[in-house]
Amino acid sequence: MNTEILGIIVMFTLSILLAIPLGKYIAKVYGGEKTLLDPIFNPIERIFYKISGINPHTEMNWKQQMVVMISINMVWFLLGMVVLMNQGNLPLNPDKNPSMSADLAFNTVISFVVNCNLQHYSGESGLSYLGQYWLMFLQFVSAGTGMAAAVVLFRAFRDKTADTLGNFYSNFVKSCTRILLPISFVVAIILAFEGTPMTFEGKDTITTLQGDSVEVSRGPAAAFVPIKHVGTNGGGFFGVNSAHPFENPSYLSNMVEMVAQLIVPLAMIFAFGYFIRRRKLSWMIFGVMTVGFLMLTIPNINMEMNGNPAIAAMGIDNSLGAMEGKEIRLGAPASGFWSIVTTVISTGSVNSMHDSSMALSGMNELLAMMINAFYGGVGVGLLNFFIFIILAVFISGLMVGRTPEFLGKKVEAREMKIAMIIALLHPFLILVGTALAAALPQYTADSLNNPGFHGLSEMLYEYTSSSANNGSGFEGLGDNTPWWNISTGFVLILSRFLPIIGPVAIAGLLAQKKFVPEGDGTLKTDTATFGLMVFAVIAIVAALAFFPVLALGPIAEYFSLY
Amino acid sequence: MKKHILPAIKLTAVMILFFTVIYPLAVWGIAQFAPNAGKGEIIEHNGNKHYVNIGQSFTDDNYFWSRPSAVDYNAAGSGGSNKGPSNEEYLADVQARIDTFLVHNPEVDKSEIPVDLLTASGSGLDPNFSVQAAKVQVKRIAKIRGVDEVKLNQLIDQQTEKPLWGIFGPEKINVLKLNIALDELK
Repeated sequence: MNTEILGIIVMFTLSILLAIPLGKYIAKVYGGEKTLLDPIFNPIERIFYKISGINPHTEMNWKQQMVVMISINMVWFLLGMVVLMNQGNLPLNPDKNPSMSADLAFNTVISFVVNCNLQHYSGESGLSYLGQYWLMFLQFVSAGTGMAAAVVLFRAFRDKTADTLGNFYSNFVKSCTRILLPISFVVAIILAFEGTPMTFEGKDTITTLQGDSVEVSRGPAAAFVPIKHVGTNGGGFFGVNSAHPFENPSYLSNMVEMVAQLIVPLAMIFAFGYFIRRRKLSWMIFGVMTVGFLMLTIPNINMEMNGNPAIAAMGIDNSLGAMEGKEIRLGAPASGFWSIVTTVISTGSVNSMHDSSMALSGMNELLAMMINAFYGGVGVGLLNFFIFIILAVFISGLMVGRTPEFLGKKVEAREMKIAMIIALLHPFLILVGTALAAALPQYTADSLNNPGFHGLSEMLYEYTSSSANNGSGFEGLGDNTPWWNISTGFVLILSRFLPIIGPVAIAGLLAQKKFVPEGDGTLKTDTATFGLMVFAVIAIVAALAFFPVLALGPIAEYFSLY
Repeated sequence: MKKHILPAIKLTAVMILFFTVIYPLAVWGIAQFAPNAGKGEIIEHNGNKHYVNIGQSFTDDNYFWSRPSAVDYNAAGSGGSNKGPSNEEYLADVQARIDTFLVHNPEVDKSEIPVDLLTASGSGLDPNFSVQAAKVQVKRIAKIRGVDEVKLNQLIDQQTEKPLWGIFGPEKINVLKLNIALDELK
């Protein structure tokens, strides 16, 4: 069999096989059960709580948890503005990189606080090592925030009727220390030995074999790159992210980074099932997500392998596929696979330039972010999917003429309103943003790197990536301007916190309701039939909302190529 | 919200210490045992050092050319062309690269030029090219250097890196290593 396809199959299978036991471990961590790592992390966490004066055993209801979440996120935002706007004069800046402008710092800090990591700067010239490590901190804690929010959901459906749903600080700290850190550490060591630099020295100057003098950027990247994937953050150390030969030096490092970004989102699905003792429900969710994922990724692998028809028409040897924007050590198939993994989950790291993807591959990358619930980011993926479950429960309830119920709780008007608002917020932010950008060419026309349909796709991609908290880009877009920094900054805030608070609120409201035991009339939600229903809801919402703009962008470009 | 701010600040402070000082120092300590102590893998050649993983620009006719680059292989930064597949200007660039290649390699038929020699990589620093990209340049280099084509083909075979563990991913050649070996060929 083709070694490139085999590599992809192994990466995917390995991720699933590792995610199942990891899910069990995560369920134990949040359930407060004994785990192997207790002797290390119990004392460390005790120090955390002692210094900060927090009691991790205080039970909180969903509202209190959300207030705590917003408060600590505000602290990170303000501190981040200070660090990035002054990094030029702070230590650990061997390359003498300047401080950020206010609008760029605003965009950068927001985007790392919300786990998006849209990068309107290039790591080599835009950040000091102190700035990089501040962003690394945000990559840990923003992922921990998403996971802790998902635990509210876990608790809401385990406890039959409850007001309080755990302690936010406790679940947040545990996510960072016991889940994200150990995996990152293992990945960091593998990357260091594969060739990713881990040095605090600055740029090196070398003379090439041909006699030119060039500089080589380095840095403490081996510790930074793992959390970018494990926390589905995606903010790269170097400008081109995991396409950079230091950030992703070999096919092995590529496999490791791929598994690192897939396992936690996958494991969260299984953890949910273990935690609420309904493992069949996990398999329903996993099934729907996987079908959706494969429907996007298989065409992409195929299209990238086939290459650009316009270049093939020039009569050259096009057998390597679409190599513009791609690295030889990774190859076109693995790059096509990555382009969907990174967009369905909210990583947004790239190992090839999505701007140069084939037209319909670009469409699939966009669709993956528009749906944003096929696996999804750590924690938040499950929350997004939960919204679609609630919609599906309601619609199927109407179809069979019964009161909609999910796991023994009645879904009523209030929950439905929240679910609808959250489901419509995402298309609203994307489409309004893109429409404004297209309507005001005096601010945006100069940023485009490609003319015509592809130019529209570049703008659409930027807002989609922001709203999905993804962070990848059609990077040709010259996005370090006040227009892009500020407009995407606001999209980022709205699209992060509302889609967390909405599902958590629904879960909190449902948790307070009386538990109705399952009867003959109960709609079973852990069956393939219900899975199909959820899939249909997702497809309808995405298709109806986004088809028109996709027709003007990637689909029109596709037809212009043939 | 106010009563949560102070604990949040303190928790943030202690977590900064743990995640951005202790964790990276532990990785840094272990990386001291990695190739070149974590400063990037290098090869020395004629008293000059070169980074194995960072591609270099090769445009002279007596070397194997490397892939086009959007940043001219200046590793102070990195970047791809980000040209879309239907961009006319970009397609004209690709056509121009074909024409240039044929001028310098008149014995080669157009259908033998592999696409990686005509397209810029994502990083602009790709250290590799395909086996076909080396083979298609053999006739030119043999003529200029006065070396036997058979010898050059053997050199390419030696420098070809098989897929990972023989089963995963593509075959490739490190252009820098190949050109150093070419210089050492006598």
